[in-house]
Amino acid sequence: MSPIIEFTSVTITYPGADRPALAEVDLVIDEGEFVLVIGETGSGKTTLLRAVNGLVPHFTGGTLAGSVRVAGRDTSTHQPRDLADIVGIVPQDPLSSFVTDTVEEELAYGMECLGVPAPTMRRRVEETLDLLGLADVRDRALLSLSGGQRQRVAIGAVLTAHPRVLVLDEPTSALDPGAAEEVLAVLQRLVHDLGITVVLAEHRLERVLEYADRVIHVPGDARPLVIGTPASVMATSPVAPPVVRLGRLAGWSPLPLSVRDARRQAHGLRERLGSLRARATAAPHIPTAPVVAVARTRASYGPIPALRGVTLDIAQGEIVALMGRNGAGKSTLLSTLVGLRRPDAGTVRIDGVDPATLTGPRLIGRVGLVPQDSTDLLQRDSVVAECADADRDAGVEPGSTARLLERIAPEITAEAHPRDLSEGQRLVLALAVILVATPAVLLLDEPTRGLDYPTKERLTTLLRDLAADGHAIVVATHDVELAAETATRVVVLADGEIVADGPTAEVVVGSPLFAPQVAKVLVDHADADVPLTVAAVRDALAVST
Amino acid sequence: MPRLLHPGAWWLWAAGLAVAASRTTNPILLLLIVAVAAYVVAARRSASPWGRSFSVFLKLGLIVIAVRVVFQAIVSAPIGTTVLFTLPAVTLPEVMAGVRLGGAVTLESLVAALYDGMRLATILICVGAANSLASPARLLKAVPAALYEFGLSVVVAVTFAPQLVADLDRIRRARRLRGRTVGGVRGTAAVALPVLEGALERSVTLAAAMDSRGYGRQAQRSTLVRRVTAGALLGALALTVIGAYGLLDASAPAALGLPMLGLGLLLGVAGFVLAGRRTVRTRYRPDPWSWPEWGVTLCAVVTASTLVGLSMWGDPGLIAPIDPLAWPAVPLLAAAAILVSVLPAVIAPPAPGRRTPEPGEEQT
Repeated sequence: MSPIIEFTSVTITYPGADRPALAEVDLVIDEGEFVLVIGETGSGKTTLLRAVNGLVPHFTGGTLAGSVRVAGRDTSTHQPRDLADIVGIVPQDPLSSFVTDTVEEELAYGMECLGVPAPTMRRRVEETLDLLGLADVRDRALLSLSGGQRQRVAIGAVLTAHPRVLVLDEPTSALDPGAAEEVLAVLQRLVHDLGITVVLAEHRLERVLEYADRVIHVPGDARPLVIGTPASVMATSPVAPPVVRLGRLAGWSPLPLSVRDARRQAHGLRERLGSLRARATAAPHIPTAPVVAVARTRASYGPIPALRGVTLDIAQGEIVALMGRNGAGKSTLLSTLVGLRRPDAGTVRIDGVDPATLTGPRLIGRVGLVPQDSTDLLQRDSVVAECADADRDAGVEPGSTARLLERIAPEITAEAHPRDLSEGQRLVLALAVILVATPAVLLLDEPTRGLDYPTKERLTTLLRDLAADGHAIVVATHDVELAAETATRVVVLADGEIVADGPTAEVVVGSPLFAPQVAKVLVDHADADVPLTVAAVRDALAVST
Repeated sequence: MPRLLHPGAWWLWAAGLAVAASRTTNPILLLLIVAVAAYVVAARRSASPWGRSFSVFLKLGLIVIAVRVVFQAIVSAPIGTTVLFTLPAVTLPEVMAGVRLGGAVTLESLVAALYDGMRLATILICVGAANSLASPARLLKAVPAALYEFGLSVVVAVTFAPQLVADLDRIRRARRLRGRTVGGVRGTAAVALPVLEGALERSVTLAAAMDSRGYGRQAQRSTLVRRVTAGALLGALALTVIGAYGLLDASAPAALGLPMLGLGLLLGVAGFVLAGRRTVRTRYRPDPWSWPEWGVTLCAVVTASTLVGLSMWGDPGLIAPIDPLAWPAVPLLAAAAILVSVLPAVIAPPAPGRRTPEPGEEQT
């Protein structure tokens, strides 16, 4: 194996930053490796990825000391465009990187720039369409594709240039579990069949850890990288998927990296938990009057139905996880609940009132929505101005939002610009802005996109506290682990209809796509009553000792 | 075999019709041109969203006519004697003597304005026809390599417009979520900044994406070739200016006119070819130019040259009589020449199957 990417004592400092984003990085990646880059939000993962083809520093500014060489070309003397035939880079949001407007043209664009002869282009486009399963949508507009298809087009668009290195930044963060597996299967195939080197950053390790040859942990704050085999890095890493944390809890060695590894070692644990289960009692559920009442609601975009007769009641104190593939109608249901769109038929009542008839403080005092891109909510240039606005909007005493924010996220500085906050901090700020109006119903659309495990944990705790205070919470999410950690109830939508609705454990355990890792490891075929999270296992074991 | 005709052929065809329209004020001939354009569009338009833009241009044409007529009534001096009604006249200060506001409005001047407006509207509708038969984006794909980079920036700018509208919608929704007013001047002003910020951020992301995919790679060329290219382009520009001056100024020597213009054009083409060699890019599935394209172009040439010839010869049928007002006659030769341009509805291959909109696609 020959090295293809070489970082030699690389230090990257952004302009105005008081310390480097990455310091003294020495790294060699061999041809044909599948390398996973992990780390908390803002730790420098994206910087590391973008340094591979010279986007850092050529596009972002800042200084790079040391040298980055890719296939023998130094990024200090080669612009990103001069490396386009070697490195294909797929950014976080594929839609923002599309240059043309149909699938076929997008696949050809990179080759056109590189001056590939026309017959070769024609052949490679056909090959790529087949390789990525895109032949059916070849002349569709890119805007009309689903999330998984877009991601595959974005990968295909760089693959046609036959790069030797593929760099991907969180390729599955916006995808439902099914589409995510589709994309990962493609990557797996590229590494195995074509010998492409893949460097991939991801927060949801449960999805990718088992495919990786090596893991690079970027600890942040310019501390040295931890590089090693998945098992060795996972033994100490603070970011770890549930299956690894379960392995640590149970003291398994070697540490399991996939559900399959874990199940082989889980026999003893399953038996121990099985004997305890008889004694465990289910948490008592106190039924209250529904605060959200949706009856036979239909909605559509032009001729395409988005909701086909949805009926759903949600009571105070419930946390409902709304799941289903991209385009199943989750976001449509949420915007109907907050009155952004009127249903074509059926009724929607929040606290007995139709939300579409409400505006101003009367609306935000009843129902609040944190949209998928929480930046949308934030329109001022500092946190403190945003908080003052929120106080005025909600008609509460000045300073309320700031105090709320201080309680849930003390580390956010008041003078910071919302755009400079990390993804997780922005989400918390948006939450504070919505929560200060004390809505009876809180809606969150895909809140864990791009969040690392610690931030997710904080969100989980926060949501549980809110539910205990009597808020009803609906979370539309693809993240099965989040659903398992927080939700009391799971509703699965498919093609605008509710196909499953029940307590979390009942809905997710049987499903190969929606089951969290811990449940997959511990499930016995006999019953559905298994712990869903590492915390639940820890609690169960603590009771026994 | 259904395929899309080369966009250049469609734009030449539309240009032919537009040239024909510019040479006449006869309303019957103008209506004939609009009918020909509409028929060909109905028969051969593409399935892309652009294909549906023709009706927009028809409406724009009506607006042009209305504006022209209203201005004539209010501002211009009247022609003829048939007074329809009299508007209150405004006496303007000395310095603006010669400008008239209000006063008598005659039938003749209104009809003259109507014909003039129709001519403008017809030219506009010809552009609209080309637009829905071959989108500007497709035309730009066919421009010479040297102009490609410029063309691409235009395309990117064009695709940003719908994105901005979508952004505006998102921010307005977010304002509602925060319990604020959405409409009104203040509401609109408040969303402008975040929308622009978002657009700016996206352009930077797009620029980075394009660069990492090889946009703007250049082949290594010697300094000599670079200097020759620059020299050829500059020389071409100078010669074209001199040539145009020679053509327009009757007192200039004849040698300054066409010869200089021709030389300038030749030099310009050479410059573009040289500049084009500097970019390494190739084209994926370029549109072919074969006999249907030649046929369509020929139709346009016949229509345009006949009308231009007739107007230079002074055919009275091209100018509708205004004073005294009379029903315009139909000059048969001109009408026949215009009708030649309906042939592309048969010559051009049919556009590939119109597809039904897909889920999630924008409805227009």
